[in-house]
Amino acid sequence: MTQRYLDQHARFVAANSGAPDWVTRARRAGIERFAALGFPTTKDEDWHFTSPAPIAEAEFTFDSNGASRTAAADVEPFRFGDAGWVTMVFVNGRLQQDLSMLSGLGPGVTLLPLSAASAVPELDKRVGSVLSDQPTFTALNTAFMPDGAALHVIRDVKVRVPVHLVFIVDSLGADRVVYPRNLLVLERGAQATVVESYIGLTDARYFTNAVTEVSLGDGATLNHIKVQRESRRAYHVGTTEAIQGRDSHFVSFSFAIGGALTRTNIHTKLDGPGCGATLNGLYMLDGEQHCDHQTKIEHVAPNCFSREVYKGVLDGKSHGVFNGKVYVHPEAQKTDGKQTNNTLLLSKDAQMDTKPQLEIFADDVKCTHGATVGKLDEMALFYMKSRGVDAEMAKRLLIYAFAADVLETIANADVKLALERDTLARFVAEGREPRGERFA
Amino acid sequence: MLAIKDLKASVGGKEILRGISLSVKAGEVHAIMGPNGSGKSTLAQVLAGNPAYEVIGGSVSYQGKDLLAMAPEVRAQAGVFLAFQYPIEIPGVSNAYFLRSAYNEIRKARGGEEVDPMEFVDIVESKLKLVDMDAAMLQRSVNMGFSGGEKKRNEILQMAVLEPKLAILDETDSGLDIDALRTVADGVNKLRAKDRSFIVVTHYQRLLNYIVPDFVHVLSGGRIVKSGGKELALQLEEKGYDWLVDAHVPAGAGV
Repeated sequence: MTQRYLDQHARFVAANSGAPDWVTRARRAGIERFAALGFPTTKDEDWHFTSPAPIAEAEFTFDSNGASRTAAADVEPFRFGDAGWVTMVFVNGRLQQDLSMLSGLGPGVTLLPLSAASAVPELDKRVGSVLSDQPTFTALNTAFMPDGAALHVIRDVKVRVPVHLVFIVDSLGADRVVYPRNLLVLERGAQATVVESYIGLTDARYFTNAVTEVSLGDGATLNHIKVQRESRRAYHVGTTEAIQGRDSHFVSFSFAIGGALTRTNIHTKLDGPGCGATLNGLYMLDGEQHCDHQTKIEHVAPNCFSREVYKGVLDGKSHGVFNGKVYVHPEAQKTDGKQTNNTLLLSKDAQMDTKPQLEIFADDVKCTHGATVGKLDEMALFYMKSRGVDAEMAKRLLIYAFAADVLETIANADVKLALERDTLARFVAEGREPRGERFA
Repeated sequence: MLAIKDLKASVGGKEILRGISLSVKAGEVHAIMGPNGSGKSTLAQVLAGNPAYEVIGGSVSYQGKDLLAMAPEVRAQAGVFLAFQYPIEIPGVSNAYFLRSAYNEIRKARGGEEVDPMEFVDIVESKLKLVDMDAAMLQRSVNMGFSGGEKKRNEILQMAVLEPKLAILDETDSGLDIDALRTVADGVNKLRAKDRSFIVVTHYQRLLNYIVPDFVHVLSGGRIVKSGGKELALQLEEKGYDWLVDAHVPAGAGV
């Protein structure tokens, strides 16, 4: 299984001998790391509830020249807000300029394809620097690293326009693997909102293996929203890793409704005093979907806080996994951490594995966690029905109500509205049109 | 309007209603009284269609139709309303949205047009006054953080907006102080009409000082053991339930 990737890598590197040195070096280190590790199995603690075997055993091909048949109209339903958003669209792994809108960011802000990162002095050196460790899929991404987005914001600049990074796989990407690789660097005091969308426009099987590195300078704030709407047969492993300078704030939201087997890793290191990390998410599954969220909040410095709320709704025979680690180093006194995971099961065959993990090595901290797995409240359903609200609508109202408070935390109004609509439409019975309005 | 014949119902395999027969004509107010565990609330829940209760015998005809064959929402659309003893909290759904959805569903069922949020504001405004409720309550999540009195007022507000034909009040007086009780009772009295019937379930005679019934029925052990006029309630206030229920085995269950 590993050999297939080593062979693909050898051919890819041979065909791309003109790549910049920093890229070639990173790729070599990545493939060596991957070769040494191989694919994980459920015997690995981090993969206990999610078997990566379907991904490891599938024979995906890699094509760095990925052709596209995606047109502007195909992308339209996935855009947020008005036309003013800066958008970078990759189809089958390759930047598609005609679907992208790269201007309008203003002075001090650079958005580039990662392959052109050297255009900003020293930016290429940051690639790979955020990753504390490269487990198998991250190493594999580094080994290929064909392209992605690089965002750089200089000191004290507030990026007023949200940035939307869109990664689409269409029918020409069937049975392919794509390796989106992004780098988001906010220098001291900078602020930005970045949305990453992963979208499947094909019924075929494919594999997205994405890595986003986030570097936040002192006092910087990043609102990062990941919207995973992969196709129903897709595999997805996506890793976001952040490192935070003092007084910075990393605000992350993971919205996951697509894919057959998906895994999202979000890791942040609160590396300076006074930092905050807010990690929220919502997953909604049905059929035989499997969706795994692994978060790790590493409190390195004192006086930092972290807040985490993940919610899920599972129908059919779907399987959800949440593993939230909060690691408090001995120096990280006065850490204030709170973590919650709540899941609603709509069917008796749906399954949720939730595992909060607190590892605390400092003695003066305040950390709590809690997890619940429950069903729709029968009395609440009856209450609504007894007022004339039909059964289907009552169920949707309760699902929406369950998800509403975590969606409410999304600061960007356009994204919030779009994801609220997705939530309303998620469990609509066949033949019924969702109503595109808010219940609140 | 409503004809209940030999109605038997159980919850969790335990028989609570053991043969209730009751007839309610349009415009009448019937009070159902009885000690704890007599089956009062069960009767209210069964009429509204709570799936937690299983009907094991008898029939209920409502406006000539088989009420028991109707889903709870269909009953509501046909004009049945239950004011809950313990109104349910629904975090994340605003009172205004909930009420408008219900109003529109019922209108649609009666062949009317849906109203938009602006039109609905006008409809609900006059009803708010009826129960002395502040419009700000509409923006809050359904019953979330409401006091006991606010929850009960909210139930009567819903009733006023939805304009049922058969309103069942399940211990609407429980947990209310005398002022709140008066407000709620005034609201109910203003809704009394020739074509609207009420079943008022209560443990205490107190409520019936304000909502004066045409008939009073005493439930014990899942059966009606005595029926009479409003003076029966005063007798119960004076003598308690013991003189009526001694001959009967209570059904148990705190409902």
